[in-house]
Amino acid sequence: MSVAIAKTQEIIDDILKVYPEKTRKKRALHIKPNDTSGGCPVKSNMKSIPGVMTARGCAYAGSKGVVWGPVKDMVHLSHGPVGCGHYSWATRRNLASGKPGVDNFVPFHFTSDFQERDIVYGGDKRLETILREIKTLFPLAKGITIQSECPIGLIGDDIEAVAKKMTKEMGIPIVPVRCEGFRGVSQSLGHHIANDSIRDHVLGKKKLEEKTPYDVALIGDYNIGGDAWAVKELLEEIGYRVVSIWSGDGTLDGLSVTPDVKLNIIHCYRSMNYICRHMEEKYGIPWMEVNFFGPSKIKASLRKLAERFDDSIKEKTEEVIKRHESEMQKVIDKYRSRLEGKKIMLYVGGLRPRHTIGAFEDLGMEIIGAGYEFGHSDDYTRTYPMLKEGVVLFDDVTHYEFEELVKKLKPDLVASGIKEKYVFQKMGLPFRQMHSWDYSGPYHGWKGFSIFARDMDMAINSPTWGLINPPWKE
Amino acid sequence: MRQIAIYGKGGIGKSTTTQNTVAAIAEMGKKVMIVGCDPKADSTRLILHSKAQTTVMDLAREKGTVEDLELKDVLLTGYSGIKCSESGGPEPGVGCAGRGVITAINFLEENGAYTKDLDFVFYDVLGDVVCGGFAMPIREGKAQEIYIVTSGEMMAMYAANNIAKGILKYAHSGGVRLGGLICNSRQVDREYELIDALAKRLGTKLIHFIPRDNVVQRAELRRMTVIEYSKEHPQADEYRKLAKTIVDNKDMVVPTPITMDELEALLMEYGFLEKESDMIGVAEEAAA
Repeated sequence: MSVAIAKTQEIIDDILKVYPEKTRKKRALHIKPNDTSGGCPVKSNMKSIPGVMTARGCAYAGSKGVVWGPVKDMVHLSHGPVGCGHYSWATRRNLASGKPGVDNFVPFHFTSDFQERDIVYGGDKRLETILREIKTLFPLAKGITIQSECPIGLIGDDIEAVAKKMTKEMGIPIVPVRCEGFRGVSQSLGHHIANDSIRDHVLGKKKLEEKTPYDVALIGDYNIGGDAWAVKELLEEIGYRVVSIWSGDGTLDGLSVTPDVKLNIIHCYRSMNYICRHMEEKYGIPWMEVNFFGPSKIKASLRKLAERFDDSIKEKTEEVIKRHESEMQKVIDKYRSRLEGKKIMLYVGGLRPRHTIGAFEDLGMEIIGAGYEFGHSDDYTRTYPMLKEGVVLFDDVTHYEFEELVKKLKPDLVASGIKEKYVFQKMGLPFRQMHSWDYSGPYHGWKGFSIFARDMDMAINSPTWGLINPPWKE
Repeated sequence: MRQIAIYGKGGIGKSTTTQNTVAAIAEMGKKVMIVGCDPKADSTRLILHSKAQTTVMDLAREKGTVEDLELKDVLLTGYSGIKCSESGGPEPGVGCAGRGVITAINFLEENGAYTKDLDFVFYDVLGDVVCGGFAMPIREGKAQEIYIVTSGEMMAMYAANNIAKGILKYAHSGGVRLGGLICNSRQVDREYELIDALAKRLGTKLIHFIPRDNVVQRAELRRMTVIEYSKEHPQADEYRKLAKTIVDNKDMVVPTPITMDELEALLMEYGFLEKESDMIGVAEEAAA
């Protein structure tokens, strides 16, 4: 065991020792010092321990909130009692263009508002009525998804039968999604269920009318703060045609025609690898993982992509990289001296704990801890080689563990989500939200990097923090 | 106020037995309420002489929410001042009947159906305790005593034993007790002895053996209890005896359910199953 690993393990052991024996044993499997050889794997995708405060969501959140929600020209019905739909309304910054109520339903919240009588007598008839009402109110909606909340699964409503009947009656696809929140250990299963429902009800139902050799689909970009737009611009500059985006600013037809593209470019592997694998098996479409955070990773990703295409794309790729080189260098010159050597701790969902590492490193910052809320072992396997030996890795970290790790490792910036933000800011620590980009963004692409750099500088070097002492400086 | 729940296998005659017994108790001058906890809603028709009364859940469905209901619309008075209510619920195969029972009982409680002048409340509960909703009548603060209706048929005894297991669970958390078994005869061989033995194994008593008589059927076709339809008939006296036993019963126990093997051994002992030696290979052969 290397010195770095041993040192981190000592810190971890110290934090875990307050737990009862059974809990300690379980949690010890989820927090490990990074072993770049992957010889000390982090346990993941397991049930959270009750009472320790997890940041995870549920299957409904994974389907309605993440995968389906951004598909803008469809209505997404939260089927069940009002709370799930209402409290998740507009909580994710998946931007969408278009006219609300005409070709963009992202700003809306639809719920079947279940009452006792619907539980007792079943809600299938009411669901039919609601679907007809939606069609009457919004005749231009391209389709409707039924996002099941827990009670639907408990009482055994047959939403598949309703969807089938109403698809026929109304002439638009009605997609039943069995994403009841009690299924699985986190939102991750919801992603999978949503992927499967797209596969079964949408994929390949339409054909791409005009094909080009440069047709690609951008998979797993949810257009947070405009991310997908920045990536689309970047790809189109090279000469790719982005036929479809899954699912930020996405459309039903875009999803349907995807089996006609040449390559699936996947950004968020965790939430959409399922559909990529399916298209590879059924339609023979290759897929490639990319990373559009920060110039180093962008450049590497573009070159890797160009390998799959002809010389004109390869040439154009180099040309575009060259064109943006000086602009990127300017950003680095401006911010690197202010951010050099700053230590970062990351705790995000299923992708960004590894994908943002390059962008931080381009600015001279160092990741001293990283963790996923709902990553699986393949996410961790991809992470080990990207971080230094001994960096602490934490899976489904509890609030206690996260606070203690921060106190002991003393990062200059914590980059995580809204549930963590105020805890660490009250400790006097700079913080950036890595789910929503803190009302900022995009962070993807050339454009995104300059905003990312500015935001990190703004957080870390804000004079505010000089007025407050974190606990270890008192 | 004594709250009593009647359980037993579906079709065993719970509703008929309950209504006849309640009629006999009312005849003694006691004030009684029946709460039907079965979506079929047939727990009060003999008392009300009506096809089926408006149930709590049916009216809630019609009006929108349970909050919009008036107690007087769902709590009716029938033979001998007996108050009647039915939880109601969905047709088979949809929704959640168990939730209907919970909602209905909560409604009755919150809206003052349980008046101080009541001597008895009887819950007539659907066949098996298939989910939490059907255990609602025996949770804390509700029925404290249970009677299981059974017959000498194997599946009825099997269900009775299962219900005893459910009571055992709630006996620890809520204090519910088993008051005894009621045998609604199917004229099975040595039925009395068999159920008497089962009762002993379960740690309780066979409190009454109701003989089979067609007058029950005749009364039922006229939407009446035997007590009302044919006051002088010996069958009416059987229900009066059962009523008196329940009213006087002080013998409440935590049941001791038995295993499937023990149940089979019991049936063997009373001649329903052949000797074990004859049984070897029979079931296996049938399965093959």
